Amino acid sequence: MRSALIALILMICSAPAAVAQTLQPILQTHAVEIAKPSRRSVGEALNTITRSGVPQATAFLEQWSKKNIWQRDDGVFLIGVADGDILTLTDVDTQATFSAPKSNYKRLKPNGGVRRLIGTALVQFQLIDPDLSRREAAVASIARRPEAAQLNPLLTSIDAETDPALKVRKIQLANFLSALFAKDPADRIAAINILSTDTSIESRAVLNQILSVKSGVADTQPKGNIAAIHNPMDAPDTYYAALVNEGLAPAKQTAADIKRALEFNIVNGRIAGFSLALMNDPDTRETAYAVLAANGLVPALITDDLRNTALNEHVFYDLYDEPNVDITAVAKTALGSVTSRVATAQVADLTLDALSLASIFFLAAIGLAITFGVMGVINMAHGEFIMMGAYTGYVVQLFVPNYTMSLIIALPLAFAVTFGAGVVMERLVIRRLYHRPLETLLATFGISIALQQIAKNIFGTQARPLTSPDWLAGAWVFNDVIQISHIRIAIFVLALMFLGLIIYILKRTRLGLEVRAVTQNSGMASSMGIDPDRINMMTFGLGSGIAGIAGVAIGLYAKVTSEMGSDYIVQSFMTVVVGGVGNVWGTLAGATMIGFGQKGIEWLNPSNTLAAQTYMILFVILFIQFRPKGIVAQKGRAAGD
Amino acid sequence: MQNKFITKNPSVLLFLLGLSLFTVVVSICSEAAGTSLISTSFLKTLGKTLCLCLVAVAMDVVWGYCGILSLGHFAFFGIGGYAIGMWLMYDRTKTIVVASLENNIMPATPDEITDAIGSQIFGVVGSSDFPLIWAFSHSLTLQLAAVVIVPGLLALVFGWLAFRSRVTGVYLSILTQAMTLALSLYFFQNDTGLRGNNGLSGLQNIPGLEAKSQATLSLWFFWASALALAAGYLLFAWMTSGKFGSVIRAIRDNEARVRFLGYHVESYKLFIFTVTAMVAGVAGALYYPQAGIINPAEIAPIASIYLAVWVAIGGRGRLYGAVIGAAVVSLMSSWFTGGSAPDINLGVYVVKWTDWWLVLLGLTFVAVTLFFPKGIGGLFDRLSRKGEQT
Repeated sequence: MRSALIALILMICSAPAAVAQTLQPILQTHAVEIAKPSRRSVGEALNTITRSGVPQATAFLEQWSKKNIWQRDDGVFLIGVADGDILTLTDVDTQATFSAPKSNYKRLKPNGGVRRLIGTALVQFQLIDPDLSRREAAVASIARRPEAAQLNPLLTSIDAETDPALKVRKIQLANFLSALFAKDPADRIAAINILSTDTSIESRAVLNQILSVKSGVADTQPKGNIAAIHNPMDAPDTYYAALVNEGLAPAKQTAADIKRALEFNIVNGRIAGFSLALMNDPDTRETAYAVLAANGLVPALITDDLRNTALNEHVFYDLYDEPNVDITAVAKTALGSVTSRVATAQVADLTLDALSLASIFFLAAIGLAITFGVMGVINMAHGEFIMMGAYTGYVVQLFVPNYTMSLIIALPLAFAVTFGAGVVMERLVIRRLYHRPLETLLATFGISIALQQIAKNIFGTQARPLTSPDWLAGAWVFNDVIQISHIRIAIFVLALMFLGLIIYILKRTRLGLEVRAVTQNSGMASSMGIDPDRINMMTFGLGSGIAGIAGVAIGLYAKVTSEMGSDYIVQSFMTVVVGGVGNVWGTLAGATMIGFGQKGIEWLNPSNTLAAQTYMILFVILFIQFRPKGIVAQKGRAAGD
Repeated sequence: MQNKFITKNPSVLLFLLGLSLFTVVVSICSEAAGTSLISTSFLKTLGKTLCLCLVAVAMDVVWGYCGILSLGHFAFFGIGGYAIGMWLMYDRTKTIVVASLENNIMPATPDEITDAIGSQIFGVVGSSDFPLIWAFSHSLTLQLAAVVIVPGLLALVFGWLAFRSRVTGVYLSILTQAMTLALSLYFFQNDTGLRGNNGLSGLQNIPGLEAKSQATLSLWFFWASALALAAGYLLFAWMTSGKFGSVIRAIRDNEARVRFLGYHVESYKLFIFTVTAMVAGVAGALYYPQAGIINPAEIAPIASIYLAVWVAIGGRGRLYGAVIGAAVVSLMSSWFTGGSAPDINLGVYVVKWTDWWLVLLGLTFVAVTLFFPKGIGGLFDRLSRKGEQT
């Protein structure tokens, strides 16, 4: 396919450019057309100028389209700027400037159509302009408004292009243009075939442009490249409306039309002999209307039968704008292949979205996996620890204006703040309520409402921003379909880091060993010299501290409000319960399942996140029925039953 | 039999006497009676409080007696409100629509009337068609049945699923909370057909009783709420007193042992869960016509947790405790958040109760859980024990 394109380029490049160094003589040969240009006549002149290859031509064409060309009495063309009655003139070839009174000169005023032609002619100069930014501008202008005339200049400019990125772009654009405008159908088909592997929005737009159709209706099937013949019975009323629009059938009366017609024909308090009181029955209304129609007072009622007869007498068709059958067929195949590629890419994009949602759930739940999962303490204030972490990040940003720096400070600080809060809470409240889990739930809920309200009193009810540094602001764009913001990648990486960290602490450190010992058998652990009170305090602090860091991450991605914690608390508990209590891997599995499930439901029912959440919760409730211990169920004595 | 029940439970008689005394006093002081010592809006608050007491009693039975910490009973309350609200809204809109269509030249067809009502009710969510769940909204009888049946059925299905797979303790609490969240999210959607976050409004206008003033209607609703509370209290007092009550309490204290004794624990729990859900529905159906508006925020998980807070503060495991807790906390809430509580000037900082009431409530709740697990009701125990000693 590439070779076909190169052949095309070579073919067009083969016309040699005439060599001439001065522009004025060329202009003089077409003096009449240039002085009084019209859209028809100017083409030849433009062709000669552009083909001459004279470097001054660019400047001349630019000035011409800006209406800055003046003609002297003797017919010579000069670039001129008027200042009162004095003209500052520049020679088109030598660039020498001089002043002269205005009276001997006549200004050239090309109309809009001519200026557009000049613009097109200019593009080919701009495409080979030494200045990269002007070349890029020219390419961008072609991409905005592709025209047939731009194809050849674009192809000619590709070989000489020095910037590799721009060269690729030029080849792509040339391919779009040849798919749309190339003279030889074989060239177009070759170009269209190349498009079938391109999932960009532009390429799809090109294919859709080739496949653009006009819908119409006629007595018989018209000649031409027919895209589709519709069966009007699929949506009779819609097609009948099209028929009425075309003036091929009388409009169908609605219930409101009938009512209006009846009201118009009230004679002595009766309609067609029926009393008004009977008119609360739609059947009576129709009968009365029929009587009126029979008397010629109103147009006849279009019944469904009449409508269907009218529909069956006509052909409803879609006609391609493109007359060539082969080209539309190839374009259709190409579009089909592009669509399936786009669908594949969308699945990949959805997977990325789901992964990122899963990592957010995981981050929110991982602290809970420790306090609830490992220790068995239910902490309804966990969401408020997330909120505290996010507000810590916000406060740090108030004092440290550098966003990167403030983030580096905020992460450990948030950990410290919520670690402290967790330890205090454990010492004051939770310690007194071990083995009374329902009461722990209630007491921590009391703390949760108090903390939420305190945050509201300090920071107000409006959302506070937690701005991410610039290097986190962009998005990683894979192609037009697959892209993911850097924040989400960062959250994903953070989630992975936490997973590693927690696993490491629990499995490889002294603290982790003691935590596991206390969890499994507190009495035995304490007789081995472990202080269960200290371990419980540390574990709870650790879980809370991680919630604080998660808060900073979530705050970067969502807004910081005093209620943000309660948005995550139910989901977090579900994540832990679904995954399996007492196991960090289980939490990962739970977060993955909920994240993917929610995105999957959202995909089935787009633009309705509420519904996705609703159905996901229902799914989780049902899931618990079948695996009450979660995905990764604990076995043996540690399971606690 | 009845005498035996009363003599065994003197608190029931005391409660009923207190409630009737309260009702009589309030009725005499109301605007409808002419004395106007109590404004109509405060009468409504009192009536609503009685409904909250009823749902708190139901919560107490399911939690305090049976040990199921349900964080979903306020959702049942809300469903009851929605069920009656649908009829109220439909019938009132119909009255208005029919009145406005009477000026037309021709009498309207049934279709025209339905369309006009539909666009009146669902215009706010950009629709005019009646969703399927409004199919019975024209009938007061059917919607009244729905007040009991829908929460009952939901509780039955949910409870059956949960109890069958032996979900207990905090897991059950989280699951009921998830159910509540799912329900409120579902009600929040516009395409559910319950007007999304607009909810149902204008419920204080009772169709067919337009001639009566709000003062009279409020008094009637107050009486109905008092009656419902008395009936609910009697029902639950009777249920929790006999052998059945003993089994229920035994399940709370040691579920496994009751199972080993041969009782089918799941059925008992399911029965309690369902009956209390139905009573919660009735309480909601009486509450929302007095409140005038219901929206999905009312059934958010937080509301059900507050319900647990009331019962815990009042003292669970005793019915009058739930009544005291609900009445005291909800009346105090409206007093503090209403702005009528005096601010405390600390010199450096002025404590505004509208801002700090929730903090106080939260901390009180922690303190009650830690130090007074029996709540306010526990004070009565101490008093009666003192009485026995002297």
